[in-house]
Amino acid sequence: MTTATPRPGTPGPKPAPPPGRTGVPTGRPTGAPGQRTDSTVRHERAESRHETRTDVPGPRSGPEQVTGAQSIVRSLESIGCEIVFGIPGGTILPTYDPLLDSPTVRHVLVRHEQGAGHAATGYAQATGKVGVCMATSGPGATNLITPLADAHMDSVPVVAITGQVARPLIGTDAFQEADITGITMPVTKHNMLVTDPAEIPRAIAEAFHLASTGRPGPVLVDIPKDVQQARTTFSWPPELRLPGYRPTTRPHGKQIREAAKLIAAARKPVLYVGGGVLKAEASAELLELAELTNIPVVTTLMARGAFPDSHPQHVGMPGMHGTVAAVGAMQKSDLLVALGARFDDRVTGQLDSFAPGAKIVHADIDPAEISKNRRADVPIVGDAKEIIVELIEALHGEQLADLSEWWTRLDGWRSTFPLGYDWPDDGSLSPQYVIERIGAIAGPESLYTAGVGQHQMWAAQFVKYENPRTWLNSGGLGTMGYAVPAAMGAKAGMPDSVVWAIDGDGCFQMTNQELATCAIEGIPIKVAVINNGNLGMVRQWQTLFYERRYSNTELGTHKHRIPDFKLLAEAMGCVGLRAESKEDVDRVIRQAMEINDQPVVIDFTVGADAQVWPMVAAGTGNDEVMAARNIRPLFEGDELAAGVDEIDAVTERALGDSGE
Amino acid sequence: MSETHTLSVLVEDKPGVLARVSGLFSRRGFNIISLAVGQTETAGISRMTIVVSVHDFPLEQVTKQLNKLINVIKIVELEPAASVQRELMLVKVRADASVRSQVLETVALFRAKVVDVAPEALTIEATGTMDKLNALLRILEPYGVRELVQSGMVAVGRGPRSITAATAR
Repeated sequence: MTTATPRPGTPGPKPAPPPGRTGVPTGRPTGAPGQRTDSTVRHERAESRHETRTDVPGPRSGPEQVTGAQSIVRSLESIGCEIVFGIPGGTILPTYDPLLDSPTVRHVLVRHEQGAGHAATGYAQATGKVGVCMATSGPGATNLITPLADAHMDSVPVVAITGQVARPLIGTDAFQEADITGITMPVTKHNMLVTDPAEIPRAIAEAFHLASTGRPGPVLVDIPKDVQQARTTFSWPPELRLPGYRPTTRPHGKQIREAAKLIAAARKPVLYVGGGVLKAEASAELLELAELTNIPVVTTLMARGAFPDSHPQHVGMPGMHGTVAAVGAMQKSDLLVALGARFDDRVTGQLDSFAPGAKIVHADIDPAEISKNRRADVPIVGDAKEIIVELIEALHGEQLADLSEWWTRLDGWRSTFPLGYDWPDDGSLSPQYVIERIGAIAGPESLYTAGVGQHQMWAAQFVKYENPRTWLNSGGLGTMGYAVPAAMGAKAGMPDSVVWAIDGDGCFQMTNQELATCAIEGIPIKVAVINNGNLGMVRQWQTLFYERRYSNTELGTHKHRIPDFKLLAEAMGCVGLRAESKEDVDRVIRQAMEINDQPVVIDFTVGADAQVWPMVAAGTGNDEVMAARNIRPLFEGDELAAGVDEIDAVTERALGDSGE
Repeated sequence: MSETHTLSVLVEDKPGVLARVSGLFSRRGFNIISLAVGQTETAGISRMTIVVSVHDFPLEQVTKQLNKLINVIKIVELEPAASVQRELMLVKVRADASVRSQVLETVALFRAKVVDVAPEALTIEATGTMDKLNALLRILEPYGVRELVQSGMVAVGRGPRSITAATAR
């Protein structure tokens, strides 16, 4: 929906992208042998060895004599990179020289490499294009590890370019040497050390291709300083040499027909929608499939916005803090149709009691996800959009089962256990209310990022998402500190959209230095610090499972007002605002909405005791979801049970498992 | 029913590829029993023979994860019945004059070779399946094994077909 043209409502002209946008997979990889997930094991990927040439995007140019550093910059320009987040340093210095003259690549000087990595991720998640970050060797490169691991877990297309010590120094423990390809092997889709300057264009083209096709992910390109300084030849496009890389995008027809049969016959089906649907730009197709079949839809934390929250078929987010209706729907389902989702432990709870009666149709572009956690009855490997389109086609020939009984049950859960919250007893401001109001005032055309913890869950629950790529968060790795730099990257990529970072006081203190970057580079994001004075989610667990023994969770941002977020914001060139009562909330949000030439930070001083509900305690099964404290829905009889003792039993089990 | 499987893995001959494969096994908790790697008849392509134990994970997960490595070109499972599987072992056995003839008899029985002789010890070279080598070792142990080194399993499918032939770039 958003890759080819700017999202509706964002009319602003972007720097004209060079031909062949990098976020879009080009050229269809040839048909791999299909969906063989049986254990015969012959995944003979080389069968179709004469791959149709994957064309590298970008205008033809060269050959011409350049330095390695110029070759890097020319490659980035040619492939359509429009922005790089980074910090120079010793070994990447040669590349920063030609970068200064680049007419199309903008460099944003961040304050910490972690900020560069998350900004690249936020940019990629907001635009669908490849995000690029750059750092020097050693500590510069190691500071990228957290964002690379984050992008890896959430399958975000990111390319990191790092300087390395000169070739003769590699392996000698030279100044600022780190084996970054070795270190990042487990947290990247692929990485490479370029030892020949002539290979630079190919390396960068391959990195962009790998990052953006198949299951997207981060790719790191490490380039020694003397390779950047060497004389070489640049010409574009290079030829990709990836004999072992052939992602399957076209689903197998037989599997589609099998899936369609199951879908048509199911009495209690659920569309379990994951982030893959967003990556495949398949929201419109998903809507069509859902409306054709009348099947209820749940959207995971990574898929919020893939299906409109306002749609009557949307029953909410599943998982640990999902809605009772979404959790219940999956538990009682007879068919889960997983689309670009991976049966993460936060969704399934205890795996052996997850959706016990459900058959599984599992569609994913990564064959390794299928049957990894839960055995699939019908595996489908392919691109989510192509799969959904073919499913729709196959379903047109099927007689669909009547789902009215199923909907009666779901509607019962929805009306009995809607999402909600209580105002704090101590008269303090409700954090959920603040987040709800931000969503209501900024609206569904705005983009929202979040850190990790209570505020993240509330932002997933109480902001209503209607559009794809409007909810950006760290789902898999759970990276505190993601919100501010990701918002910076998102705003840089979508300058005409309003971008809110909904952050916690703990998260905010990890990466707020990028506010200085935003202020100086003209990236006016809006940050809502949901300041409860504590590491809120940890505190919630201490309240529930550790007898209110609050070990090291109080941050002092209430008690001592250290730091004073309003002053801190002002010190970094932002507008600082504060809201402490219900009456303040709308006013400051509206005030922030009116400031478009400066970043804004609002310190929302909220109650410390608010909790995230519903909750499936770690180590327990989804049947034990608690709608609110001491309220456990009994799915069996579909009746409300105020089982006051239940929480104790659940708590005990969770403690026994010590799930975190 | 054997819990082990032999995988023949064609990989690009690039720096770090062994680290990628071994790192994958260790971080996902897959168990390698043996791994041998060497060049193939095609320049730029190496072949790894990996014997894996699939106790906790299905083989399918192992091969799918391996396939995700960009440098892995192709994976084929070699069934014992349809392949030749061999391992090389060098073993240094204590063998003075009093027992030397008995040791030599064992060597002959197993169609092994003596490749070095010293007054106190013999070095024996043996090839074969893991079972055969284990049997030889059991018999040699009472004499005193001073040193033991094994190559890891290598294997190739029986018949005229080649798994590399279809893989040329």
